[in-house]
Amino acid sequence: MSELSLTAADFTPVTVEREVQSISRPSLSYWRDAWLRLKKNRRALISLFIVVGLLVFTIAGPWMWTIDPATQDLDQLSTPPGANRQAKIVAPYVPWVGITAEPAPVSEQPIGATAKIRLAQTATTQSVRLEWDPVPGATGYRVYRNLYDPEPDGALGLPIGEIYDVRRISYEDLLNLSPTRFWYSIVATDELGREVSDHTTLMVDAIRVVTIDQAITDGLVGPHVTPELGDEVLVKLHPLGTDYLGRDMLSRLMYGARVSLFMGIVAPLFFVLIGILYGSAAGFIGGRVDQALMRFADFVVALPFLLFMILFKIAFGIGPGESGILPMLVALILLSWPATARLVRGQILQIREEAYIGAAQLLGAKTHYLILRHMIPNTLGVILVTLTFAVPSVIFVEAFLSFIGMGVAPPTPSWGSMCNEGIQTMLNHPHELIFPALLISITVLGFNLLGDGLRDALDARMRSRE
Amino acid sequence: MYSYTLKRLFQGVITIWFIATATFVAMHSVPGDPLINERGVNEEIRRNLEERYGLDRPVFEQYLIYMSNMARGDFGISFTQQNRSVNDIIREHFPVSATLGILAIVFAGIGGVLWGALTALYRNRLPDVIIMFLVILGISVPSFVIAALGQLALVSLNGFIGFSILPVAGWGTVLHMLVPSLVLGLGTMAFLTRLMRSSMLEIINADFVRTAYSKGLPPTRVFMKHQLRNAILPVITILGPAIAAITTGGFVVELVFAIPGLGRFFVQAVQQLDYTVIMGTTVFYGAFLVFMVIAVDLVYGLVDPRVRLE
Repeated sequence: MSELSLTAADFTPVTVEREVQSISRPSLSYWRDAWLRLKKNRRALISLFIVVGLLVFTIAGPWMWTIDPATQDLDQLSTPPGANRQAKIVAPYVPWVGITAEPAPVSEQPIGATAKIRLAQTATTQSVRLEWDPVPGATGYRVYRNLYDPEPDGALGLPIGEIYDVRRISYEDLLNLSPTRFWYSIVATDELGREVSDHTTLMVDAIRVVTIDQAITDGLVGPHVTPELGDEVLVKLHPLGTDYLGRDMLSRLMYGARVSLFMGIVAPLFFVLIGILYGSAAGFIGGRVDQALMRFADFVVALPFLLFMILFKIAFGIGPGESGILPMLVALILLSWPATARLVRGQILQIREEAYIGAAQLLGAKTHYLILRHMIPNTLGVILVTLTFAVPSVIFVEAFLSFIGMGVAPPTPSWGSMCNEGIQTMLNHPHELIFPALLISITVLGFNLLGDGLRDALDARMRSRE
Repeated sequence: MYSYTLKRLFQGVITIWFIATATFVAMHSVPGDPLINERGVNEEIRRNLEERYGLDRPVFEQYLIYMSNMARGDFGISFTQQNRSVNDIIREHFPVSATLGILAIVFAGIGGVLWGALTALYRNRLPDVIIMFLVILGISVPSFVIAALGQLALVSLNGFIGFSILPVAGWGTVLHMLVPSLVLGLGTMAFLTRLMRSSMLEIINADFVRTAYSKGLPPTRVFMKHQLRNAILPVITILGPAIAAITTGGFVVELVFAIPGLGRFFVQAVQQLDYTVIMGTTVFYGAFLVFMVIAVDLVYGLVDPRVRLE
């Protein structure tokens, strides 16, 4: 065995060559990561813009467009957007005595139609004055008005006047005139008061007029301008038209948005909060109390939701002059909390068993630290997603209730009640239905897409799924 | 299985009791006397009702009478329609609503499964994009707007053809049922399409599908036997809530299309504050929905052998 001679120089310290993991990218917090994911999702980003735009429309809108939603513009009932606003200034209305003539000599021929109808004066929205040639043998006349040409199918339209005096050969129409084209038909009646089969029709274009007083009080002319007869002015602007009572659609939509979005945001905030408290109480306490609490929640879930919304609305009642928003809010909260409660309880039971909670406890974490640092941030994502999806469903519920007449009380506008009113005149004035329906759809779409995006961004388990 | 069914039925009965009680409490907290409203009630009806329901007695006694009447299936007499009991109204008009609802469910089910499967097969290609766009539209547009648009479409269709090929409103023949049930099912169809698509996408690349392909099965057989049948399962679970949605959606469709169903009478009763009809129909609808949900759960247990009912 040879002797090993080792000197001190033979001993060199071993250098540890180890790949040290270095973090090459900045560390991201959960929320920052979620925000980045959301930003990458184009649909979610668009929906975020929609939601922000709606909030601006609702909150800032009534400041920019200051017309009162309850004011009626009786000159412009059910006016579609972009209608001609030109009006002529005329003198105040003066009653018309009309025209009479000796009845035409009776001939042997059967009673026919009048030879000619004339306008006694330019047809305006103030009045339409008609006169016609007397019909031989007639004992009276009937006046019809229609909104389309009666020629092809002989539909004369609305009977607006009946004349029993055979000498009277004129009629003044004051009924609900609007600046459109009317077809007036005159039918003679025989000695038994029956209509003869012939008629004569005149096409009339009524022009919009306002009086001087009206032009000044409505502010249609400048403050220092004295309007004169025959001047052209523009009547009040309604960018989205007016409804059947002449109320400004844009301003009603803005105030309606306040009701609909208020319900849609405040109700979920409250019932989600109650659900969190209830669910986390059940989850933390556990045992018998948990069983009892969740059984009660099961019963509330089993209640048919919309039926009980209606029932509660009746039970709370609406006093005179109240809008009925508060009862609806309370009913919604009373019926909607259990879903969140179940969700939060499930989350808490699940998180409590996670390994990192045990690790934190081993490291000496206190309960309040566990709740603040682990429980809340880990459930917040799920809760936020629930909250976002709750908004469109609440807006739907509000619209449904208002549609069947159980929602907010008139005159308070809400999108649902506006749809309900618009549906009555859907065929003639579609804009009264289209605008509120469009806003409901856009809002629901926006919040649904935002909810999808948030779920993808916040919920790690849903990430791989479609 | 049997004990599970019995247990669920027992829970269902308790739930209905809870619904009836909640209805009673809600209706009794309405301020004022239910028999005196601004329109006044026929004196004879009033006496009959007071005698029948003991409205002069203490509330708890009234509750017991109400519950025992309900238990015997007697929902009482209408406040606004003379000589008509709530049972008559339900018997006469519920079949109409049920027909409408069943047709709507059939439309929604078939449509949802087909469109969902189609979109999954054509994922991210044109059919998928178009259908999913329509689905998002269907989910976002409120039911009454869809109903109004459906009616508008009928009007213009009849105007275009020149005669009334499909009636615009009313009830009676199959032609009357077609468009309203389609309109009613549309929202649910959109929802089911979305569900079917995601469940189909999960299955489309599953191991058993690959096995089926590799053992040489033709694609149609793989689709019908392996993909569709497995992907349909989650759709069945959602049928319970879907039935509830279609039931309440029926209110709107019945109103818009003037269909004499129970939903229209319920809305009418709500607007006229016809207390007995409101209470009766609420409990009836509640019981109906509770049993539907139980039935759907039981069917799910039968269809999916992996689900064990306990």
